[in-house]
Parts: sequence; structure tokens; C-alpha cells
Amino acid sequence: MEGDEIMAKTIEEKQYLVRFRCDTKSHLEVKDENVCLTSCPDKDCTIFCPADVYKWEGDRMHVGYEGCHECGSCRIGCPTDNIKWEYPKGGHGIVFRLA
Amino acid sequence: MADKFDVIVVGAGPAGTSCAYTAAKAGLNVLLIERGEYPGSKNVMGGILYRKQLEEIIPEFWKEAPLERPVVEQRFWFLDKESMVTTSYKGLEWGKEPFNNFTVLRAKFDRWFAGKAVEQGALLINETVVTECIVEENRVVGVRTDRPDGDVYADVVVLADGVNSLLGKSLGFHKEWKPDEVALTVMEVLNLPKKTINERFNVSDDQGVSVEIFGDSTQGLLGTAFLYTNKDSLNIGVGTTLSGMIKKKLKPYHLLEYVKEHPMIRPYIEGGETSEYLAHLIPEGGYKSVPRLVGNGVMIVGDAAQFVNAIHREGSNMAMSSGKMAAEAIVRAKELDDFTERTLDSYRKELYNSFIGKDLKKYKDVTHTFEEHPQYFTDYIPMMNKAANSFFTVDGSPKKEKQSRIIKSITEGKGKIAVAKDLYRAWKVMK
Repeated sequence: MEGDEIMAKTIEEKQYLVRFRCDTKSHLEVKDENVCLTSCPDKDCTIFCPADVYKWEGDRMHVGYEGCHECGSCRIGCPTDNIKWEYPKGGHGIVFRLA
Repeated sequence: MADKFDVIVVGAGPAGTSCAYTAAKAGLNVLLIERGEYPGSKNVMGGILYRKQLEEIIPEFWKEAPLERPVVEQRFWFLDKESMVTTSYKGLEWGKEPFNNFTVLRAKFDRWFAGKAVEQGALLINETVVTECIVEENRVVGVRTDRPDGDVYADVVVLADGVNSLLGKSLGFHKEWKPDEVALTVMEVLNLPKKTINERFNVSDDQGVSVEIFGDSTQGLLGTAFLYTNKDSLNIGVGTTLSGMIKKKLKPYHLLEYVKEHPMIRPYIEGGETSEYLAHLIPEGGYKSVPRLVGNGVMIVGDAAQFVNAIHREGSNMAMSSGKMAAEAIVRAKELDDFTERTLDSYRKELYNSFIGKDLKKYKDVTHTFEEHPQYFTDYIPMMNKAANSFFTVDGSPKKEKQSRIIKSITEGKGKIAVAKDLYRAWKVMK
């Protein structure tokens, strides 16, 4: 196989290699949907989240908590402090196998 | 499970496990609580583990710990778009006992380390989130977990709950971190045959290399990229302050791809098979961000206390030493049967007198200074590259003429005074 094909490039390819034990309930919650819509023109979380968890769908924020690395960046970086951030239930969420 | 322990440690990373190990070894009844499936499953680091601080806890640990390679060469690359200035130190003594540092994969290492604490008598409970500290009469007396009937009590609770430390925050020991107090770092583990790694890095099977990469690797932002050799894989990653990442509207995984595709880096990783992608925050606020460390019945250790020396990429060693010091303070408190802040405070005093407090103090203004003055990354590293290029390009002009042209090009662009100021500022914060 050509080297290029086995090195993950896109975020989708990278995320595919990570093991997740998903909870059925989200550990991330937008506190007030309206704040994202009306008071946050830049929607920084959709850019800096390393797992592409946050996606703006035109009128609301989609939160793909299933792929969260639990780094905490969104909680700290949200300019309007609008993210309720908890740890997933014990044993759930991301499971790093290597580093 | 007993209802009451001498010590409850929250988090089985390097800090928590060191604390649990030391306390259990001294005969205390220790509960170590980990939220992941196993210790290490939530933990990330670039990969350098220093020998000294772990050796003080487990002598000759390298004979049994799951390590990758002892590092015999530390390289530093100052990157421009299509060039780099490099410096390095290689010493074969680092490849022999007692070694200096090792590359490690944390999911394997942390699991082994927590197992050593269990051997000493600590009780390890995985898959359990501590949701809050139980506080009675201004004193932490235990923790509430997400298990049914999950309240557990202890004389002392040690918060080793990592960079986010929601527990430290909920006790009011620190406010929410600001985006310039943390670095967002992403990395990949790339599988490559041992032989290929050895050839590319000019080492043998039992020798490793660490590369710290500055400049274009963070597109001028305050941060670094790194490339470390494991046994048969490489760790490649990049991190910048979260504030920088936000300001520049950078996607961290795009920055990682930029690093991987960089013409100076690409040849080293070519053909690697990505086996894992990881993101994590590093506490980089330094001395001024260190929270309150001790309260009645409670102490904070490791990343949760912002114990990271970003300049020397030290963190896990500080975590281990702080965990050990906390345990020793608890042992003293146990002898007095007094777990008030006043007694436990011996931990804080010892910590500030140790290399942790002293190193954090030495570099207390570094992050802030470099964040406020990005020219060190944006201007001076490209200048270094241009200077080297013009000095080493044989074009017929005399060397003396070249030297003065190089110096002129640096001072003319910025002005002599500005350059002198920049040099003085850098010296002042690093001295």
C-alpha cells in the first residue's frame, strides 16, 4: 500500500481510529441555544474543537458528543461561557489505547 | 469496600498514582479512583518521561516498566517554510543506566504504574467519576461518585483530577482557566518498522530521539511541535495556547496536517500508519496560575495544580514529585491525627522549596511574554534561517561583507533599539 493512504489526513479519518465507549446521554450541553444564534457570530467552538464535535446547522448547534476527547477546550474557550461540561459516566467516553 | 479510608486519591495519572503508591507503602489505607476504563485511558502526553523523579518512588523502575526508548539525542529545530536551523545534543551516557529520560506510551505506562500502587496495598477502582467533594463544617470529608450509594469517606482527599480539575474549581481553589493558561495539543501515533526509525534517526533499537520544533510548525503562534521515537512508532504532535488557536481561527488537526506535510518533517514520517489520534490540554499558566494547594482534608497535585514547565517540557515528573510530597505530608498528619489545612500545609511549603516551585518561579513570566510578543516566533526564527542561508551560500562575496549585511538586515527591519529590547526581554524572562 502507498504510504499516503495509511496516514490519516482528515479529521474523519483520524477519529475513525479512536476507540469510544459512548454513553447514551450527552456529557456536553449548550446552556442556551439562543446565545449561539444571536450573540456568537464567530462560533469559535466549531473551529478549535480538536474532534469536530460542534457543528453549526444554520440555526442551532449540533453537539456530536460521541467523538469528544474530553480535553475541555470548549468549556474554557467558549466566548459566552455557554457550554455545560461534565465527564461522561465512569468507564464511558474516549478510551485511549496508546499514548 | 470500607466506608472510610485514610486517603482517597482522585485520578490514577502520574500524580495520583505516585501519591497512592507512597501513602500505601507507608501503611495507609488508600482508595485510588479512576474514571477511565483503566488508568491511562484518558491520559495523553507527548511522550517524554524523566527518570529522576520516578526513580525516587520506584528505584530501577526501568527494569520492569513498559518504556519505549531511552532518549540519547535531543534535537531542536527552528523552522521556516522551506528551511531550518537546528541544534542538538547526543550523549551515549543517556543510553545507559541510570538514563535521563524515556519515550513512553501513556496508556501502557499508567496502567503499569497504577498496578504498582495496588501491589503496595492501594485499592484501585476504575470506571468511577467523582462528581463532588463532600464538605462538612468547612472540611472535605470524602467524595461523591457516580456509582449507586457512591459516597466514600476519608481523612484526606487528594485531587489528582488532571488539567480540567473540576473538583478544584468547585471547591473554589481556582477559577475557570483562561484560554491563555492552557495549551491545546493534538498528536498522532504513527506506526513504522523499527528498522526504518533507526535509519531515519540514526540510532539503534535501544536508543531514542526527541525533536522539539519551533517556528513555522505553529505558524508563528506560541507553541511547539514535537516528534518522538517509540520502539516501532513515532509520536508527532503540535500544541499552542488555546487563546492563540482561537485568535488565529486555526483548526488544531489542520495545524497537525501542516506539520506532517512540512518539507523538513515529512521525510521522517513518510509511510507511517496512523494508529491513534489524541487531543488534550496542557496546563501552561505557570507559577501565577497555581491554585490554592491545601485545605482542611484536601490537597491538589499534578496537572490539576498547573505543575508544568513548558519551556523544558516537564510535567509528568512534577506530577510524580508533587504526588509523593502530598503523600508524605499525609503520613505526617496521620501521626499527629490532624488533617487540618495547617498540618497539611507542610506539602505546600515543601513543594515551593523543591525544583517544582523554583522552576515555576524562574519562568513565571515566560508564557505571558511570548504570547504578548509573538515576534520571537514570527520574525526571529525566519531571520535566523535567512541569516544562515546567506552566510552559508557561496556567492563570491566576502564573509565580512555578508556578516554586516546580515546584521544590517535584522536591525534595519526592526530598528536597532527594538532588537536590543527584544533580546533583553527574552533574556530577562528566561534567566
